Amino acid sequence: MANEICYHCGTDCGSKPVVYDDKPFCCNGCKTVYQILNENELSCYYDFEEAPGKIPEEIKGKYNYLDNEQIVEKLYDFRDGQTSVITFYIPHIHCSSCIWVLENLNKLHKAISNSQVNFPKKEVRITFNNIKISLKQVVELLSSIGYEPFISLEDTTVSKRKVDRSLIYKLGVAGFAFGNIMLLSFPEYFQSNEYWLDKYKPLFRIIIFVMALPVVFYAANEYFISAYKGLKHKILNIDVPIVLGIVVLFLRSTYEIFFNIGQGYLDSLSGFVFFLLLGKIFQQQTYSFLSFERDYKSYFPVAVTKINKDRSESNIAVYDVKEGDRLLIRNNELIPTDGILISGNAQIDYSFVTGESLPVAKKSGDKLFAGGKQMTGAIEMDVLQTVSQSYLTQLWSNDVFSDHKVSTIKNLTDSISKRFTIIVLIIAFLAGAYWYFKDVTMVANVVTAVLIVACPCALALSAPFALGNMLRIFGKQKLYLKNTAVIENLSKIDTIIFDKTGTITTNRTKISFDGIPLSQDEKQAVKSVLRSSNHPLSRMLYNEFEGDEQLEVDAFNEVVGKGLEGTVNHYHIKLGSADFVHVKEDQSVQTQSFISINNNIKGKFIFENSYRDGIEDIFNELKDNYRLGILSGDNEGEKEMLKALLPRDTDLIFNQKPSDKLDYIKNKQGSGGNVLMVGDGLNDAGALAQSNVGIVVSENINVFSPASDGIIDATKFNVLPHFIKLSRKTLKVIKLSFVLSFIYNFIGMLFAITGNLSPIVAAILMPLSSISVVIFVTIATNYVAKSTKFTSVNKT
Amino acid sequence: MDIIFLMISVSIVIAIIFFVLFIKSVKSGQYDDLYTPSVRMLFEDEFINDESKIKETKSINQITNK
Repeated sequence: MANEICYHCGTDCGSKPVVYDDKPFCCNGCKTVYQILNENELSCYYDFEEAPGKIPEEIKGKYNYLDNEQIVEKLYDFRDGQTSVITFYIPHIHCSSCIWVLENLNKLHKAISNSQVNFPKKEVRITFNNIKISLKQVVELLSSIGYEPFISLEDTTVSKRKVDRSLIYKLGVAGFAFGNIMLLSFPEYFQSNEYWLDKYKPLFRIIIFVMALPVVFYAANEYFISAYKGLKHKILNIDVPIVLGIVVLFLRSTYEIFFNIGQGYLDSLSGFVFFLLLGKIFQQQTYSFLSFERDYKSYFPVAVTKINKDRSESNIAVYDVKEGDRLLIRNNELIPTDGILISGNAQIDYSFVTGESLPVAKKSGDKLFAGGKQMTGAIEMDVLQTVSQSYLTQLWSNDVFSDHKVSTIKNLTDSISKRFTIIVLIIAFLAGAYWYFKDVTMVANVVTAVLIVACPCALALSAPFALGNMLRIFGKQKLYLKNTAVIENLSKIDTIIFDKTGTITTNRTKISFDGIPLSQDEKQAVKSVLRSSNHPLSRMLYNEFEGDEQLEVDAFNEVVGKGLEGTVNHYHIKLGSADFVHVKEDQSVQTQSFISINNNIKGKFIFENSYRDGIEDIFNELKDNYRLGILSGDNEGEKEMLKALLPRDTDLIFNQKPSDKLDYIKNKQGSGGNVLMVGDGLNDAGALAQSNVGIVVSENINVFSPASDGIIDATKFNVLPHFIKLSRKTLKVIKLSFVLSFIYNFIGMLFAITGNLSPIVAAILMPLSSISVVIFVTIATNYVAKSTKFTSVNKT
Repeated sequence: MDIIFLMISVSIVIAIIFFVLFIKSVKSGQYDDLYTPSVRMLFEDEFINDESKIKETKSINQITNK
């Protein structure tokens, strides 16, 4: 019989579901959430989406620190005598049911007056009466229905991000001016020497002029600033010819209008700025639910529990932790700094730091490193270092993190614009010289016309649209890049360095058995014994065995950090470390668990991280064009195996500390390499920041990942070579579109040099060239992406 | 034909009104979250108020008043 699925969270209920209200639940936690929602008229939660919930986590005591006003002060968005407003990040927000239930929080507690979800950011903003309900109670309320907020150190140290909406305003201003100026310019284009038109011409022109002012001085101001900065550093970036065009367009139009010579080119000018800003918006597309700037702060807790001399507990802010303090780390809490384990059963999960998914057992007296997560029960530790000086966090004092990453690779558009600007100036000069001898009155006219026509609108638009579109295509294929410049950098990569654990290995553990095969009866007995244990390795083994007949276990005993034993029928089973099972310890570095039945040693289970599918293919595909390397923090245990698996000239470097990884990348760059670093954990953070492109492999993109240029979903890891190829093709598309826009410039130049550039020609040529270039790059990038078949390699 | 003064001023005033409305809507954060409102508008007051189901001891009170 197939097991029922939990009504609340959708997990398999196993053989004994908790039944309540005729509905199956996998555990009491889920049942309680259902009860809560049902009693508060919120059972519609289950109608929008099937099984939308999450098993509520045990949080007892975890949020005690929220009662400490000093610590939580910075968490609030707003606070006065009665009302508090706070924004929480809740990773579980994933469907319409979530939005509905979170926006109806006032049904659960009257003191909550309003709650609003921002779905793309997975945030909820809660307004509550702080006299009737405390912050801690709000958090506990959220947790009780399965929406535990994620509160990290970052929330208290970083001032709330301000939303920058200036680009939208500027686009609005430019669009408004463009439309209205176009409308008012129209009569003059079509009719000349008409009585009424002549009469109102000055009025029209003045209105046009007034509307163009904010376009030049407000909407386009960033281009002026950027061009000025470029010139200051002696770089002719693309904004220099843009600004030159804008200035010439504006001055000549002003001159024409005030001396009643013509209507000027202000419609072209505002259209030009409008299109440029449109390109900027298109390029600015980001993934608001992802963060590419995280460091350890967004992962570390706000406060920890300190055990005072008199054994009383108090909550202190994590930055106040001093050397010699004794801390209590509860189940699922994070170790904030380096220390020594004093008591308790420590199983530390370092997956966020190293990518290693198997927890490590520690005995009292062992050293604990910052960044690990305690997995089983509470432990006590003595602090050796303050938070900012720990093994892990001192990495962030490296210059790489304080300096903004200066792109060593020159942007394609800027390198072209340098030549472009020089050529345009030469042409303007030559044309001016020619007309000087032929007809002096035409000189100013022709020179300004050349500069107007040369305004590289199409040129400036092709890269933003091509890269912006490609960014979206990458996003659909689950490679999320920070910005469009990453695509350009990616196309210039010549060295690729991989981290080992968690990057080229999966977090799924492969369990193999070495020894005398177990009989079916024995397997059933072992499984029954394992059922009673919560140790992570036991859970893994438990899932590995088939059959679900439940046998009674006698004399069950679990020795913390050693192993477990129990008697099932006539089998006495012992499972655990070498000395627990009385086997001679071998020198293997692998994680293993020995088993004996009735004191006969049967063999051992070996837990290994398995390599990702197709890892060999990826390396073989990349080896011809790129220098490859593996940079691992682990010991050399798997060196031989990797050697066999990977192409011969792959660098294999082990025992690397986080700062070593950073230096290694720096070295490679010193010898002229453009390095792509592929990593996953906090220990790669330095290397990721130092490399030209740093990409993080993530099993679940919603959980923490260190600062990087891009995040790739682990299932798409084997498509990585295609992404690099595609980024190269994108650059080719941009180059082709440059050719197209040069043709337009050439045509315009013919009008300009012969002195025939009328406002109407400019008004037609400018939008035509911009729009056709945008259409061209959009179609071309889509075509290129389609011809690179992502699906054919996507076996997993 | 002096009516054209009136027409132009009216058209520009209307354009400016819309422009101001646009600026206001941006300022109020309308463009910050383009997804959630599209879901929110589909919700109605879907509260199920079934007296028989409301137990005497509300478990929620136990949780928040601890």
